[in-house]
Amino acid sequence: MRPFTYERADSVDDAVALHGEQTRYLGGGTNLVDLMRLGVEQPDRLVDVTRLPYDQITVAPDGGLLIGATVRNSDLAVSWSVRQTHPLLSQAVLAGASGQIRNQATVGGNLLQRTRCSYFQDITKPCNKRDPGSGCPARKGENHNMAIFGHSTACVATHPSDMAVALAALDASVHVHSREGKRVLPLSDFYRFPKDDPSRDTVLKPGELITEVEVPPLGMPSSYRKVRERASFAFALVSIAGALKVEDGVVQDCRIALGGVAHKPWRAHRAEEMLRGVAATKENYLRAADAELESAHPLRENGYKIPLARNLIVRTMLSLGEGA
Amino acid sequence: MDSANTRGGAPPVPVSITLTVNGREHRLDIDTRASLLDVLRERLGLTGAKKGCDHGQCGACTVLLDGRRANSCLALAVANDGAEVTTVEGLAEAAGAAGEGGLSPIQEAFVERDALQCGYCTPGQLCSATGMLAEAAEGWPSFVTEDLAAEPPALDDAEIRERMSGNLCRCGAYVNIVAAVREVGA
Repeated sequence: MRPFTYERADSVDDAVALHGEQTRYLGGGTNLVDLMRLGVEQPDRLVDVTRLPYDQITVAPDGGLLIGATVRNSDLAVSWSVRQTHPLLSQAVLAGASGQIRNQATVGGNLLQRTRCSYFQDITKPCNKRDPGSGCPARKGENHNMAIFGHSTACVATHPSDMAVALAALDASVHVHSREGKRVLPLSDFYRFPKDDPSRDTVLKPGELITEVEVPPLGMPSSYRKVRERASFAFALVSIAGALKVEDGVVQDCRIALGGVAHKPWRAHRAEEMLRGVAATKENYLRAADAELESAHPLRENGYKIPLARNLIVRTMLSLGEGA
Repeated sequence: MDSANTRGGAPPVPVSITLTVNGREHRLDIDTRASLLDVLRERLGLTGAKKGCDHGQCGACTVLLDGRRANSCLALAVANDGAEVTTVEGLAEAAGAAGEGGLSPIQEAFVERDALQCGYCTPGQLCSATGMLAEAAEGWPSFVTEDLAAEPPALDDAEIRERMSGNLCRCGAYVNIVAAVREVGA
């Protein structure tokens, strides 16, 4: 690991002022420290932001949430308010990592964790995300875990966060600070597709710091499901954050976001549009899922993700509809 | 530090930290790159916590960090200045069972149930189980908890397996580990 200086920020102004060219903000470190050990990340300065005053979850009068960026993943998942009003968020966080890692990882760090693409993590291999212009061996190599939506010739990696998939379904937004001030980014615009520059996972500018995540009220049953290669402590092959409101057998509203299928959480807008206002039947769920998956472009080894995603959408909607 | 990549010539950065480990305070001069695990093992001689994968995937390095279970391999020591750490060496004392042959309840149960073979993962299993039982006692749900808005269920085998999934045992002593944890969690 390359030597680095360590600074602890006492305020947001302090943190953004300390940020230089080869600086990384340090949250729980559960991904960053590992990437530094692997040689993927080589910062010369770490600015520890875990003691900034953003460790609270605030419930708004309308039932929305304001989640501080230094809240630990465990504290978010077990929060009584979150469990009652946004259970899919709690479930998504509990679906991620292990008990130990959830105790260490922060909300801001969870959003900014890097892909677990094995080529990205192996510095002896080319990777356009780690080393722009070097190539993408995953495209024709081992790609059973890779994206089926929105990938490019430069990158086929997926975003690893479960929490971000739930936040995408919830229309969350991200509050970020920099020396220029504050801005609020809808989560749907926060993450990027790889296009010709996969080195950037998000639209954040250098030095911008996540301080809070804002989640509007939901007001309908929701859940998070995740399919992986073992029962626990593994990244998603495909996951789904779903919510559904049914009245008199008709879908009033629904949310569907998929994980493990793209460079960012994949909000299934097309399926959602098809479902609003139609009968809450298995046939309609299937039709909507198929329509959504028409735009999928599987690679050599990951065609299985299409029926998997279809079945997850149908199963999740059916089970949410049963509670109506 | 291991796998040191000091190419580029940047010199190591020394820092001073204080750690309270198993009730004893230590003032330490370390390199910013040092993990908590390396400081425990190589500076304090506490070799109970193990370096299995060094990537947060196996749980052999699990300790209690400010009362919560954590992977000490992923924790930078410098970022934990002032922290209170309990390692497997301090579990008995923390449980009020110090003295010769004194064991904490989970240690006792592991011995009784033969919840290990080679023993390499055991210190991490013990610290993780201790932290996990405290989480369950506080009412924390898990991913397999059916209704998050209800009181969490008793620690049945499915709950224990899910909550302990951050600790691998390559000997496959899981059946007896689950039994030991179930006994203490009941």
